[in-house]
Order: sequence, then C-alpha cells, then structure tokens
Amino acid sequence: MRLIATYLIGLIFGVGISISGMANPAKVLNFFDIVGTWDPSLIFVMGGALVTTFIGYKLVFGRSAPIFEPDFQVPVNRTIDARLIGGSAVFGIGWGIAGFCPGGALPALGTGRWEVVAFTAALVAGILLAKFIQSLTAPRRTNAA
Amino acid sequence: MIETAFTPWASLAGGVLIGVSSTLLMLMLGRVFGATGILAGLFQPASGQDFSWRAALVAGMVSGPAVVWLMTGQMPAVEVPISTLALVLGGLIVGVGVTYGSGCTSGHGVCGMARLSPRSIAATITFMIFTGLTVYIIRHVIGG
Repeated sequence: MRLIATYLIGLIFGVGISISGMANPAKVLNFFDIVGTWDPSLIFVMGGALVTTFIGYKLVFGRSAPIFEPDFQVPVNRTIDARLIGGSAVFGIGWGIAGFCPGGALPALGTGRWEVVAFTAALVAGILLAKFIQSLTAPRRTNAA
Repeated sequence: MIETAFTPWASLAGGVLIGVSSTLLMLMLGRVFGATGILAGLFQPASGQDFSWRAALVAGMVSGPAVVWLMTGQMPAVEVPISTLALVLGGLIVGVGVTYGSGCTSGHGVCGMARLSPRSIAATITFMIFTGLTVYIIRHVIGG
C-alpha cells in the first residue's frame, strides 16, 4: 500500500514535469535566455508548484504526523554557509550548460532518449564523486540525505 | 538554438501537479520531494525500506512520459540543443553542485521555498543567477 502510494506520487510528479516543459532542455535554456529566444513558461511551473506546495504544506503540517511514518523529516539546518552557496552556484553553471536539472532528467528518462541516459549517468557520477571527496575531506561529517 | 512555444497553461498545470506530489509525499511519508536526495539515496548504503520508497518514487517519475503519451498520443518533447560532450560535462557539474549545495530545483526551489527555509531561498537565488549567467555567457559572449 505504502509503496503503491509512493509510486503514484512519483507518477504525478513525472506527469507534471512532462507537461510543464521541465523535461525539455531547449525550453529550460530558453527560459534563462531573456535577451535571446526567451520562453517565460517556467515562471508558471515554479509559481504553480510553489503556491500549491505552500498551501499543501500548511494543511499537512496541521497534522501531528504523516500517514505512513511516525515523524515528519524536514531539514532543520538554517545556516547559510559557503558550501551551500558554492554548491548552488556550481549547480547553476551545470544547469546552464545542460538544461537538465535532476528533477527534470529523471522523468525525461521515461522518453527513452539516449541523451537523457547520458546526462543522468554523468549526474550520478558527479554525485558519487562529490560524496567521495566529502568522505575524504571531512571523515567525521555525517551527510543528511 | 531551438525556439520553444510559450505554454503558460500547460506549464502552470504541470507546476500544480509538481506541488500536489510534493504535498502528498509530505503527507504520506513526511519527506521533502527533492530529486537530488532521492536519487543520491539510491546509491547509499541504507536500510531496505529506505531504499524501497526512493526506488518506487523514481519508478513513478520515469513512468510519467508514458502516461502523458497514453493520454495525448504524444511523448513529451525532449530537445537537446547542445553537444553530447556538453551534456555529459553539465551532468557531472550538476551532480557535484547539488551534492555540495544539498539540493536542486525540486528540493530547494519548491519544497524548501514553500517552507520559507532561509537556506533554500539563498540556494535558489544563487543557482537561478548562475544558470542565467551561464546561459548568457555561452549564447551571447562565447557563441555571440
């Protein structure tokens, strides 16, 4: 039951990404190309997702616990540090080159296009590389997923 | 460069669905819908149950285009206006960045911003600026 519900939640996300245009690098890159072939569609994706989640979370956090788990697991770290900003800047550079972000690429895998497979393999390699470097430089640091 | 049509209604509907799924994941499992954490978690040693919900979620995400195809008769467009080398390089850079930055567009940009998390707001502003700068430099400084 729990896994079926989780699968369906992933499916709703995958359909949402697919019809929004976030799975299409040409559309994503055009959103950021304001002085060129600008396509403002992604403002509507971000706006729709943000407002819906904001209202949805307000309702959900009125409960004492989620349905299948004893507790809500939300990040509690509030410190803005160089690691957060530097990492986000690097992510932006990669997103600007490729036009795929992780949430756009995973549903796009379902189109069967080899370019998405190539991007996702590189994405996973980058994640594993960064985790390996982190394990070398900060052996006692625990990573919250 | 490929021109793409302005699709406010489809994009808004897609965005609302993304918000619905983020809300449902918090309601059901009490988890943030961050593609980075979910994908990275699949490659980390963890308990079986921790692996299974992430795998089910990713399986659902990957099924999205097939459902769109069943409903509309068309696969969602995936147009890649760059070389494979750039795509792979971009993928590696994104992987490193989201790991150090603890999240991406879904985790910080949607779920974190919706919780008004200062970290997520700072992360989102940062990656939006750097993505815009990168596209500008590639298309209008180097490419121009």
